[in-house]
Amino acid sequence: MSFIKKPKITHPGLPRNAAGLTLRDYEGAMSTLCAGCGHDSISSAIMQAYFELAIEPHRVAKVSGIGCSSKTPTYFLGGAHGFNSVHGRMPSIATGANAANRELQYIGVSGDGDSLSIGLGQFAHAIRRNVNMMYLIENNGVYGLTKGQFSASADRGSKAKKGEANPYSPIDPVLLAISLGCTFVGRGFSGDKEHLVPLIKSAISHSGFALLDIISPCVTFNDHEGSTKSYAHTRAHMRETVHADYTSVHEEIVSHVEPGEFKKIQMHDGSRVGFKRVDENFDPTDRIGAISYIESHRAKGEVVTGLLYLEESTSEMHHVLGSSETAMSELPYEKLNPGAQNLERIQARWR
Amino acid sequence: MNPTKINLPDHFHKVVDCQWGCPAHTDVPHYIRQIAQGDFTGAYLENRKSNVFPGILGRVCDRPCEPACRRGRLDEEPVAICRLKRVAADNADDIAPLLPPKGEPNGKRIACVGAGTASLTVANDLIPLGYDIVMFEQHDKPGGLMRTNIPSFRLPAEVLDQEIGYIVDRGVDLRLNTPVNSLQSLLDDGFDAIFVGTGAPRGKDINLPGRNESDRIHIGIDWLEQVAFEHTDSIGANVLIIGVGNTAMDCCRTALRLGGKSVKVMARKPRQWFKASAWELEDAEEENVEIIVNHAPKAFVIENGKLVGMRFDELNYDIGDDGQLSAPTIVKEVTIPCDDVILAIGQDNAFPWIEASTGLALNKWDCPEVSETTHQSSLSGVFFGGDSAFGPKNIIWAVEHGHRAAISIHKHCQGQDITDRPERGVNLLSTKMGIHEWSYSNDYDETDRLKMNHVDLTQRFKDIRIEVELGFNAEQTAKEVERCLNCDIQTVFAEKLCIECDACMDVCPTLCLTITHNGDEDDLRGRLRAPAENKDQILYVSDKLPQTGKVMVKDENLCIHCGLCAERCPTGAWDMRKSKVSIPYAVSMES
Repeated sequence: MSFIKKPKITHPGLPRNAAGLTLRDYEGAMSTLCAGCGHDSISSAIMQAYFELAIEPHRVAKVSGIGCSSKTPTYFLGGAHGFNSVHGRMPSIATGANAANRELQYIGVSGDGDSLSIGLGQFAHAIRRNVNMMYLIENNGVYGLTKGQFSASADRGSKAKKGEANPYSPIDPVLLAISLGCTFVGRGFSGDKEHLVPLIKSAISHSGFALLDIISPCVTFNDHEGSTKSYAHTRAHMRETVHADYTSVHEEIVSHVEPGEFKKIQMHDGSRVGFKRVDENFDPTDRIGAISYIESHRAKGEVVTGLLYLEESTSEMHHVLGSSETAMSELPYEKLNPGAQNLERIQARWR
Repeated sequence: MNPTKINLPDHFHKVVDCQWGCPAHTDVPHYIRQIAQGDFTGAYLENRKSNVFPGILGRVCDRPCEPACRRGRLDEEPVAICRLKRVAADNADDIAPLLPPKGEPNGKRIACVGAGTASLTVANDLIPLGYDIVMFEQHDKPGGLMRTNIPSFRLPAEVLDQEIGYIVDRGVDLRLNTPVNSLQSLLDDGFDAIFVGTGAPRGKDINLPGRNESDRIHIGIDWLEQVAFEHTDSIGANVLIIGVGNTAMDCCRTALRLGGKSVKVMARKPRQWFKASAWELEDAEEENVEIIVNHAPKAFVIENGKLVGMRFDELNYDIGDDGQLSAPTIVKEVTIPCDDVILAIGQDNAFPWIEASTGLALNKWDCPEVSETTHQSSLSGVFFGGDSAFGPKNIIWAVEHGHRAAISIHKHCQGQDITDRPERGVNLLSTKMGIHEWSYSNDYDETDRLKMNHVDLTQRFKDIRIEVELGFNAEQTAKEVERCLNCDIQTVFAEKLCIECDACMDVCPTLCLTITHNGDEDDLRGRLRAPAENKDQILYVSDKLPQTGKVMVKDENLCIHCGLCAERCPTGAWDMRKSKVSIPYAVSMES
């Protein structure tokens, strides 16, 4: 933890986005995480993505639970709304907030402990409801805040800092999410922003629940030899399948890519996500194919990254519920509250 | 790009912009930290090592360091380096006992012609080595143009006397009122080497109608000299200064103190083309000197044998797209009444005392042929420095010439090859004191540059000896020292330790770090996280990183040396190390 704040002085030639903001306007407070934490790099990727999309911070709500990962919303988008909730209960808060105000964009930041142990049930049901949000799992395979015990995502056989091997099989959030019907699933690596930033931009533009599992090495407790979530191991075993390239509504489609090499999918807001297939045998719109592809590579000890599954046709929570087009937070009190007489009439139907 | 060779002195030397920009390479951040710690004597000695006259230069230096200051590139004012130098001089103890005494006589005699900046520096460098220095001075006081051309309200005589005393009191055979009239006789005297530091003593004249019909038309530097030696103590009420360099600024402000009521500085060109330093213009205008642009002198108006005014052509220029001035067109003719005219339009060298028979080669401007590295003329053992070598520059350049010439003279007298120059070196020392603690003040200070307090306008004209600038007080000093970015505390990168977590890139406030694939310089500059368009500022490129084979690239341009990259680095791949460039002097060749 540094004793000084990040100085406000900026590069005088810093570019501004369409909202007139510089990258530095997307910063939050100074991080108090360990130096070199993958989570800080993810915070930077989030800032970069929102800067490039020219979305003003005040149009965003950040929600999180408990853990190293859940501290990070303080460190980006200082001008955004935020709620730091109970351990593993962030999905409920996000669902409630989204129900009340559908105008905001929601970022849920969670970790492997928060989502795959204490909060697994909440996580599953937010996917089932298809809450319109970007849900990030900053996945380092250990409980960093409690000194590095294995988490539910640690691979079997992965070594702890003192040498003992993990005896349990891991929960893979990507496979879990696809099997639960999640409509946007990707995996990134905190040490590879070149691919992480477009993944985040695509996830933000997705209508519905977008899960990004981001391998984020814990430099203090899980970056040693024998760990399967270290910087070096991830770099050596990472297998990029599909490179997402996000194109906003206003941008021209990239023309330098050979036709056929790129597959484009129209997103809900009119923007496009292009996929550059790195592996010919993989199609991110084929759900069953995706599951078997990920499983077969996992068996080989490889970490499959990139955009792994996308289905842009399903309806998010508000469509399913048929809720008001106007955000509930904007509705006048009379419309929100049907009144005693109307309640009496509704109840009478079941008497 | 190839990995940057940080073991060569130039890379980190260039990062310390002020030190790189200073002809004498004064280690500015180091002495500013000494001032911050209250070690004024240490700061003075650090200055003196390179610039020899900290008290003088702390007042009247041309300050090439300040436009070079990194803070200026961050849309801010540079650190008040020159003012801080004066703080060191104002508060230092008597340093005479701390200076090296005259060395054991080595039997060599050196003649210095003129007792100005360059000659004094040569003497300063050679005394500890045991040379006998004989210094010839035409006036009755040493100091050269520092004494005759800089008025005492900017540079008090006591400061000059003290700092010159630090040199001549250590055993220089100073011969005042002894002009040298013949190089040949000096050569015949059998000196082992001769150093010429006679300055550029001839003020330029102007050949216009009426020039020779009045004794109220003065050559600027001659007039300032007469004032300095108190041969002149008055001037008319209406004074015109022709020219707008720093000498013109000294002339106009001096005129105000000698009885001038309305003083106008007449410039031929628009303001952007003025030669005077911005701060000297400001100081003159604060004293209500009127600066009139676009007027070309045409004739002196003489009535009944008396100067009554001067005629000018008022000019009009167009500024082209390339920023160049067009040829002027004449708008009209104007006459401005005046009692005195002072010409401050430049200076020339003059060597009437150098006989052709000596064989000393002159160039097409009748100036001696002098080597820029050794300062030797075509005659072996005859050296030139200061304004006499390459025409008018400034005090700090004259000091540097003196240092270089002293090295040559020492080598010459020891029978060594004077073209074989001693090299610079660089030393790096970690400033790490603990986790996230450094032995320098690494936090960025947003304070604006502090203003110098001046003696009240109603008081300062009473006596020409009243120094206008009061110097920084303790509070001002305490704030200004924190503005220094400590550019000598270098970011040093050890690629073998890097795990590419991006923490340094993410935390850098000015986005000067990038991890990317290598390429040639133009290609790399186009791919950095923040625009890297200032090609005067170098890139620091690492070797291949162990995990991906990419490289770490740092654009040195806008690094504020806050050390956050090193604080956020989990493996200690970045370290903040103090760089110290060793500049060779004659005396360091012996140790």
